Amino acid sequence: MTSTTEILRETAARLLSTGAVEMVIGFRQGTVPMMNEPCFVRKPAEAGLLVWDSHCGINLANYVTDRKEKKIGIVAKGCDSRNLVTHILENKIRREQLVVIGVPCRGMADKRKIAMKCPGEILRVHETETAITAEGEGFTRTFEKADVLQHNCSLCIHRNPVIHDELAGEPVEEQQGVDRYADVRAVEAMSPEQRWKYFEDLLAPCIRCYACRNACPLCYCPTCFVDESRPQWVGKGQDPVDVRTFHFLRAYHCAGRCTDCGACERACPVGINMRLFTKKLEKDCLELFGWEAGLSLEVRPALDHYRPNDPNDFIR
Amino acid sequence: MRMLLIDRRAWQEGLKRAAGQYGLIGPVKEKEFHSFRPLKPGEMPDLAFQNSRLSPKHVVYPQTEPMFAYTLDETREDRHLLKEVRREIPPRAVVGIRPCDAKAFVLVRLNFDTPDVQDPYWLRAYEATTFIGMGCNAPCSSCFCTTAGCGPFHEEGLDLLLADLGEAFAAKVLTPKGEAFARAAGWTAEAPAGAQSAFQERARAAEGRITSFVQTEHLKSIPVNDLYNASFWEEVSFSCINCGTCTYSCPTCWCFDIQDETRGKSGVRLRLWDSCMYPLFTLHGSGHNPRGTKLHRVRQRFMHKLKYFVEKYDRGIQCVGCGRCVRLCPVNIDIRRVCNMMNGFAVSGEACAIP
Repeated sequence: MTSTTEILRETAARLLSTGAVEMVIGFRQGTVPMMNEPCFVRKPAEAGLLVWDSHCGINLANYVTDRKEKKIGIVAKGCDSRNLVTHILENKIRREQLVVIGVPCRGMADKRKIAMKCPGEILRVHETETAITAEGEGFTRTFEKADVLQHNCSLCIHRNPVIHDELAGEPVEEQQGVDRYADVRAVEAMSPEQRWKYFEDLLAPCIRCYACRNACPLCYCPTCFVDESRPQWVGKGQDPVDVRTFHFLRAYHCAGRCTDCGACERACPVGINMRLFTKKLEKDCLELFGWEAGLSLEVRPALDHYRPNDPNDFIR
Repeated sequence: MRMLLIDRRAWQEGLKRAAGQYGLIGPVKEKEFHSFRPLKPGEMPDLAFQNSRLSPKHVVYPQTEPMFAYTLDETREDRHLLKEVRREIPPRAVVGIRPCDAKAFVLVRLNFDTPDVQDPYWLRAYEATTFIGMGCNAPCSSCFCTTAGCGPFHEEGLDLLLADLGEAFAAKVLTPKGEAFARAAGWTAEAPAGAQSAFQERARAAEGRITSFVQTEHLKSIPVNDLYNASFWEEVSFSCINCGTCTYSCPTCWCFDIQDETRGKSGVRLRLWDSCMYPLFTLHGSGHNPRGTKLHRVRQRFMHKLKYFVEKYDRGIQCVGCGRCVRLCPVNIDIRRVCNMMNGFAVSGEACAIP
């Protein structure tokens, strides 16, 4: 058990027993290796359910959308906290409803990457601060954590929670000099024909399960545009035009809001890296408006605020 | 029952021969995962897999299937008339299907082939298909087939069942369709007694390797309203994000939507997989949604599979224990845990917050 887990349990029990919060949202031990389940605890005695390790990748900001409790404790790593900021700015929850239990984060493990590096089914996984060990029948493999991080985590430059009321552990050093957009530049460099083909291949396995959309804290519309029926904007079948329309428009709806938490890519059952789309828009927001989502409660997001001095050279 | 011995060479040559009479569909590894798709001429099924990422239900039941076509051209006499789009399905064989996935078709058939209604699209595709099963020598740790009315060498729904004995396959011929396929492949060598007992040994060993189980014995007798109103649904449904991963990867989920798609003056009426996890699944024209919250929807999925189905058909649970939903759920909702909670449910005073 990591000490973060112990701090989280202690903090949750304290917040619940003093009545500071009605519930704490966090993770409990999963039923399969490398998977923890988001859960809530309402009683101090249940705080022992909470865990923390490299398999808490799901973005918990998704679970506070429109909640009615007066006080909610929520466990938040860097990206979750940025999405909480975005939620607060977009009126999906009020700051005073939240007691943010920040967790300085060293990145989450990519379970597919680890599975691909193992010769058989992984039955048990354990970790230290810097290494993850996977065991199966007849094999044990130990990986440096840095080598098996989710791609977005390996590029993350906001590992410490940007808002918090409690902090479960010492702040971690932020990664410096990260080239966040090498993959996007590679796609930008393609000819339109190449790029179209690339997108076609990328999206070919999509089964329209909407796990990417639903895992995303930004996608809280009561009725998503793909679910509209009057008028119906998008067909519901496997036609590549409809599949592309869904993915492209979903990405645009996340422009200036996405924190690259990786929820969409992690949730996808067929391994599509749809983060490429949201990252392109993230890059544009950064380059054109100097905007990074979810860093401050004081500044309105680039796309919901007009400033006469906006750097809008690109549309002149 | 007849058992054949098929050595590696006869396997490859047999499949090539059979391809003259059957369209072959088999597991193929593309990028990271195995999936079932038509094999190209000469292409062999890749049997180095535990199971395919998604179930092969699409072979019989495509995710998008045209049912009717129509024209809106007012100058034509047949305008506005729905005409059946008939999918001609020559004989084909799914080679290397796991017993759980074959059994799943038997359960799904209960829905598409009833005394009152026979679904021609599903039935034509099913009947044109021969199922060549590959026993599971190494089941996954999340497979729970033996307590879900199935097993790593279960025979229901299969025409041939093969055991991989290393240097050769032993193949149990289960139906006339299986017999016909073996003939087309030129597999005629009877398995000697040694291979027959090796087959049984593999099957026993595989069952012994299943480490995951569900309890189902009380599901039928617990009153439906008690389970429906159980207090655990809030806890069970909390983490659900209402995506369709569980239902779309499930070999036994059969629900569909019907949509008209028009382009210019011509249109098609499509049948599309649908998911009880989606709010739209039950949205009424009035705007009312009887399953308006995720608690309702999560409860529906489990109640359908583990209670309503059990009561309606008396054929066990609507699950074959393939474990895909357990492995793929983005938030780790585990049907094994929920099944055991339901099976062990005894009414306490506490009712569900949302009725």
